[in-house]
Parts: sequence; C-alpha cells; structure tokens
Amino acid sequence: MMERFYNPVFVKELKLRFRSFKSFSGLMFYLAVLCIFIAGFLLLTTEFTGKGFFRPETSFMMFAVLTILQMALVLFITPSLTAGAISSEREKQTLNILLTTTQSSTQIVIGKLLSSVSFLVLMLVAGLPLYSLVFLFGGVSPSQLVSIFLFYLVTVVAIGSIGVMFSTITKRTIVAMIATYGSIIFLGGITAFFFFLTMAFHQMGNAVGTSTSFMTYFWASINPGALMLTLISPEMGNALAELSGVELPVWITYLIAYVLIIVLCLTIAIKKLRANMKSNR
Amino acid sequence: MIEIRDLTKRYGSFTALDHLNLSLEEGIVFGFVGANGAGKSTTFSILATLLSPTSGDALINGKSVVKEPKEVRKQIGYMPDFFGVYDQLKVDEYLDFYGASYGIQLAERQVLIPQLLELVNLTNKRYDYVDLLSRGMKQRLCLARALIHDPKVLILDEPASGLDPRARVEMRDILRNLKTMGKTILISSHILPELAEMCDEIGVIDNGKLIAHGNVAAIQAQLQGEKRIVMKVTDRINEVRAFLEEDPHISSIDVIDNRLEIAFNYRGTDAEQVALLKKAVLIDLPIYALSEEEKDLEDVFMAITKGADSQ
Repeated sequence: MMERFYNPVFVKELKLRFRSFKSFSGLMFYLAVLCIFIAGFLLLTTEFTGKGFFRPETSFMMFAVLTILQMALVLFITPSLTAGAISSEREKQTLNILLTTTQSSTQIVIGKLLSSVSFLVLMLVAGLPLYSLVFLFGGVSPSQLVSIFLFYLVTVVAIGSIGVMFSTITKRTIVAMIATYGSIIFLGGITAFFFFLTMAFHQMGNAVGTSTSFMTYFWASINPGALMLTLISPEMGNALAELSGVELPVWITYLIAYVLIIVLCLTIAIKKLRANMKSNR
Repeated sequence: MIEIRDLTKRYGSFTALDHLNLSLEEGIVFGFVGANGAGKSTTFSILATLLSPTSGDALINGKSVVKEPKEVRKQIGYMPDFFGVYDQLKVDEYLDFYGASYGIQLAERQVLIPQLLELVNLTNKRYDYVDLLSRGMKQRLCLARALIHDPKVLILDEPASGLDPRARVEMRDILRNLKTMGKTILISSHILPELAEMCDEIGVIDNGKLIAHGNVAAIQAQLQGEKRIVMKVTDRINEVRAFLEEDPHISSIDVIDNRLEIAFNYRGTDAEQVALLKKAVLIDLPIYALSEEEKDLEDVFMAITKGADSQ
C-alpha cells in the first residue's frame, strides 16, 4: 500500500532539502522576521515598560498584520523553492537520466511540487507557536485561523505550480525565478492597482452591477492580500459586496481562480516536461 | 532486436541524422564511431526516448521509441555523455532513488544495490557521498544505475571519455562482464581503437549517415579501399617497377633505391593479387619478400573524418 503512493522524486527532494544548510537558514530567517515583528509590536503597545495591558482589539490588530506579513513572506519564499524544480535538474545534467526512467511526467512534476509545498507547510507550522500568542490575548477565533491557513496552503500550491511551470518551460532557473516573481507581482500588486483603478472609475458615477463594478470585484477576489483582509474581518467582504454588487464571497472566487491556476500550470508543466518527445504523458 | 528505420532528425535546416538504417542482433556489442557532431548522440538520444525523430522510427525489442516510449524505457539503460549527480546523496541512496524510479520494490532494491556495487567495484564506497567520488567512479556508478532495472539493452554514450587509462581499463572489464551476461550494448566513441577491441560490430557515422557497418576487420578493409604493399627484391628493381606499372590495380609506386624495396597501392582482390604474384614468379623476377603495410585504426579514422571536414 505504501509503495503505491511512494513518489521517488518527492522522497529524494525532501532528503536533499533537509541536508542543505540553506533550508535551515531560510527557516531561521522566516521565524526571525516573525519574532522581531511580534516582539516589536508587544514592546510598542506596552510602551517599552514591560507592564501594562493588552486589549483584544490590539491583539486582533496584531493578528491582522501578522497574517498579511506571513502571506507576504510566503509569496516571497515560494518562488525560490519551486522555480528551480525542473530547471536546476537540467542545469545539473540530471534531468535526462530522470526522464529515461519509467516514472511518468505527472509523477515527476507532482513530486517536485509536493516537496516544495511540504517545506513551506513546515515553515507555516513552525510559525504557529508565534501565532498562538494571539490566542493568549483573545480577539481571534480558531476557525478564522484555520481558514486562513487553508488559504495559505491554496496560495502556496498555486504559486508553486506557477514556479514549476516556468521551471519546466524555461531553460534556466534564473529566468524561471524572474517569471515567477513577475507573476506574484501581478497577483499581489497589479491586481491591487487595477482594483483601485476600477473602484475610482466606479465612484465617478457608474451604477452598481455594471461591468466596471464586476471588474472591481474580480481584481479584489484574485488578490491574496484582499482575500486575507476579508477573512480577517468579514466587514471588508460586505463592503466589497456593497460596492460591486456581487454577493459571492471573495474566498469562493479566489478558490476557483487559484484552483484553475494550479490545474492549468501543472497541465502545461506535465505536457512540456518531455517536450522533445511527441507522445508523452 | 534493435531496428532503426529511416531515422531522420532535422534542426531547422541542419540535418543531424539522414535516413539512418541499422539492424542489430541480440547480445552483441555495437560500437558507434564518428567525429564529434556526426550524429552519434542524436541517435542515442532518440533510442533513449529523449528526443523524437523528425521521421522514421526505431524499434527496441519490437517496441517503437515513438509510439511506446514507456515500454522502451523499461528495456534500456542509458548513460549520457555528460551527466550530473545529486551532490547530497550517498551512493546507495543514489541507486535506491533510481531503483524506485523504475518501480522496483524496496525489498528488491535492498538486494540489488550491493550486487550492482560489486559489479562496478564500488562496494567500499556504498556510504560515501556521490560528489566525493572520482570521475571514473561516478562513471561506474552511473553504469550501475543504468543497470538497476535489468535492461536488455545498454546505451552508453562515450562511457570512457575523460577517464584515465586505468579507469578506462576498468570500464572495459565491466563491459566485457556485461556482455557475458547477455546484454546488448551500444557504445559510442570518437576514438575508433578504443572500441575496436571490445566490439563485435562497428558502425561509422559521418554527417548523419551510416557510411560503414560490419565487424572490425571488414570495416577496416571497406574504409581503407586499397592496401599499401611493400615488395623486397634482390636485384633489377627497374624491371620490377616496369612490371608493376602494367597492372591496372596498382598506383603510387615508390622505389626505395638503396634498400631495394618498392612500395605501391593495390586495389585488386586477394585472388587478383595471387595472379599477379604468379605472373611475377613465371617471368623470374627476383622478389624475395612481400608485406602489407599495416594502417592502424587511428589512420583509418583520420581518413574518414578528414573527408567530413572538407565537405
């Protein structure tokens, strides 16, 4: 039974990943950023006296900023872990040998993606104790935390798929990395810009329910930052629904859009892995 | 066993392989010779299912590399001319990974790995990191990897390139061993003598075309075309020269006066050569020795590749 689900590439990648110092330094860097932030936040709210009190609203505020910060860190780290998936094998001249084994392209691509995603999950889990400080002070419900983590996972898999796709279709890791960061800038930054642009248009006199208002909703719903905001405070979601006239919760659209990205990118990666062969699967 | 039919590969206007046809029996060692860029690696890449041909097909044990690449992969063990290793894996983990990649069960892999390491003389390196091995050891490890799923056919692209003489000899011994195990082995090299002593058959490729195919001696004869014969006489060298000039198969006659030797190129068959000698004896020419100047394989190879350069 175990052998049926055994993915050699996944196991090999995990082995290599945990043997490299880079992984540990990356994890340390990540936790250090979170620690510095939380320590700084606590010091600021207690006005460096080490005494004082901590209201649930302040704790909620910390939670919100921490969530966005963690999302930004994840977006920043994922490409560096996935954009080299296939291209680094090509650069190290190990890809040809791998492709002559009887493993299917699907197995290889999924193995590569899963190994990167599992490392990112480890990062997120390692950050949980810091997160749980928030619970100490109240103001946040566990279900909120769970849903936020689920959407971290969706985002990581989607960005990871984009990285693996670029890694397969470009010859060099550096190009794949630039392309993946470019996609993140699009998803995180350009969509936000378009959101504000369409919103400005909207406020200049367009009525609710027009194509402009739909576009406002669309740009917001594929932006990871916007999604996190609506998850943290549902009022934001309501405001957006009011503004755009689209009642569908942002997370549903986000989920559909990102699952589509995952499917599309992985399909391309699997098709292109053995691009020099006509028939492949 | 291996059947290559009209295999053609073009990159834009450049033709790397031009209607290559080749048929190989099971269990032979086949050497593929040609200058760099002649099309050896392209052929091997197609056989290894890494590259699809522009037209034509190749069958390995009846399985088409174009239509059933996955079946072909089960039948072949491929070693590319340049390859890398995963730095942070140990030798046994390296083999274990590839074993798993061929769908071999864990229990079976644990039995196979020590056997393979023994075959390639790396038993004492089992727990070393792969990147610490010497080039020759890496080459042998890669060979062990190519053998892990017990393929019937081995495709080795320049297996001895970059190896020192000792490592070369070790590699050759392993290949001999594999031949006795009944594997069909395809080896490429740009050095003909390297292959001559271990191959049953040799194919010479030039500009994407197979220009010669057969056993080593036949190839040599075919490529040489004419032989250089040296005749020793006791006397009357000019008379002998005049006699030789009459024969239509003879050209480039050189007389080495002070030694009473005469050398010439001969194009005729062995039977015609017998007739020539008989005639010389009948008219009482003072010939006391006759020998064929040995051209070594290196010269032959230089002759072929020179032809390729001038085109």
